[in-house]
Amino acid sequence: MASDVRSDLEVVPLRHPWRWFSGAVILLVIVGLGWAMAEAQIQWEDVPGFFTHPVMLEGLLNTIVLAVAAQGGAIVLGVIIALMRLSANPVARWFAVGYIWLFRGLPVLLQILIWFNLALVFQNISIPMLFSVPTNVVMTAFVAALLGLGLNESAYMAEIVRAGLSSVDPGQTEAAKSIGMTPLTTLRRVVLPQAMRVIIPPTGNNFINMIKGTSMASVIAFLELIHAANNISSRNLEIMETLFAAAAWYLVMVSLASIGQHYLERAYGPR
Amino acid sequence: MALVEAVGVRKSFGHTEVLRGIDLTVDRGEVVCLLGPSGAGKSTFLRCVNHLETIDAGRIWVDGVPVGFRSSGGKLFELREREVAAQRRDVGMVFQRFNLFPHRTALENVMEGPVQVLGRGRAEVRAESLALLERVGLAEKSGSYPAQLSGGQQQRVAIARALAMKPKLMLFDEPTSALDPELVGEVLDVMTSLARDGMTMIVVTHEIGFARSVADRVVFLVDGAVVESGTPSDVLDNPQQPRTQQFLAKVL
Ligand SMILES: Nc1ncnc2c1ncn2[C@@H]1O[C@H](COP(=O)(O)OP(=O)(O)OP(=O)(O)O)[C@@H](O)[C@H]1O
Ligand SMILES: [Mg+2]
Repeated sequence: MASDVRSDLEVVPLRHPWRWFSGAVILLVIVGLGWAMAEAQIQWEDVPGFFTHPVMLEGLLNTIVLAVAAQGGAIVLGVIIALMRLSANPVARWFAVGYIWLFRGLPVLLQILIWFNLALVFQNISIPMLFSVPTNVVMTAFVAALLGLGLNESAYMAEIVRAGLSSVDPGQTEAAKSIGMTPLTTLRRVVLPQAMRVIIPPTGNNFINMIKGTSMASVIAFLELIHAANNISSRNLEIMETLFAAAAWYLVMVSLASIGQHYLERAYGPR
Repeated sequence: MALVEAVGVRKSFGHTEVLRGIDLTVDRGEVVCLLGPSGAGKSTFLRCVNHLETIDAGRIWVDGVPVGFRSSGGKLFELREREVAAQRRDVGMVFQRFNLFPHRTALENVMEGPVQVLGRGRAEVRAESLALLERVGLAEKSGSYPAQLSGGQQQRVAIARALAMKPKLMLFDEPTSALDPELVGEVLDVMTSLARDGMTMIVVTHEIGFARSVADRVVFLVDGAVVESGTPSDVLDNPQQPRTQQFLAKVL
């Protein structure tokens, strides 16, 4: 029989010489880089100390607070702008388009600098007959960074949320209406939970960008990780060592955010 | 007094007039089947009864209340969306494409209206909803998500979801058109038993057999107007209008 004939023959597996070769090259590059790092003029033994240095930890805390506050605010604003963008009111629609155009169109660094220097052109922030405060008191480095990062991100969030809401089958809204749901309940119970599947992945990516984007606040002397690293190295001149310690913290934060994103995606995933 | 009274209902999308003055009365406990060729405006009329579409002219009353309006002092005030929502509680609707909430189980789909819209207690609603699922023959599927159910099962859950609001009127828009032929029967059986229990129903359907055996009245719609209406035997077996005759010749 045919199968017997075949089993008598010797089988020669396909060889992959290029796989072995390219694998070897990659390993060689890694070993070379490791050797270079070991040979480099870096006081590796000092890095753990900078990693847990009180100033570094303060910078870490400020980075987390800024990133979470800016992202949180951006999500709330983004939902509002997205609803305006989809609303039947033409004024609201145009406002949303203009808002996204402006805050997405300008570099974040420029926006941070404009907010931080607002006192140069407006001495007071006021609503007539309600309140008035000096701008330079309100516009701290934290507030300027929060506005710069948060407003820019809110424009992106508005687009993400709009895409998410539009992805939900209109039949879902009709079914909700047909059992007497109000528009707000429909949004909360039917549309948003389904839109989440589309909204969460890009939001997770944006949050990871936000964590790294807080570093721009260092230019206005906000004590985030990079500014903290600079503060420490200005005393001991171990610039690379402190920067490596800050880099390690960024990788830790981004890894944790990625894990969180994974679980969120699973929670809202398809059934 | 009739449960549904539609007078001179007109509706246009852009420049095309889809409903050209429809008059229709449905009594309590009556089952009316809407028949007609594609594009006749059957779905549009049904959606107007539930105010999923606003009408351009004419008036629809459901249980003496003008749909989409509040009458007061001899005037009709247009309602906000939130108030329209309250009117819709009394009218159930079943869609061609089921439109179950995919992120909730069959039981949760049925409970959603009474709990979220009527604000009733979960325990009580849960018992009622399980009884409803039992009634449509799906007691053992209460924990399944829509994606895990066949089309016929999904449509029966959708019927239970509508019934959970204890509606006075049920609207069906081609409830079996998206189903494989062997699943049509199980949905029609549920609808038949609903009709036997005295539910008032308006059913858009191409199932002539169902119309013949269950409908009290058959209404034939062409190009946004009622062409012929009467008992099933009158309209289906002895049609007077040429349009009705042509249509039935194709369908039967
Ligand atoms: N939202 C809409 N915008 C524009 N035109 C519409 C809209 N809804 C329906 N129409 C048009 O109105 C006409 C009537 O549509 P309708 O869905 O009521 O017909 P139907 O009788 O239910 O047909 P079918 O048997 O195919 O479901 C069609 O010509 C359709 O293209
Ligand atoms: Mg239709």
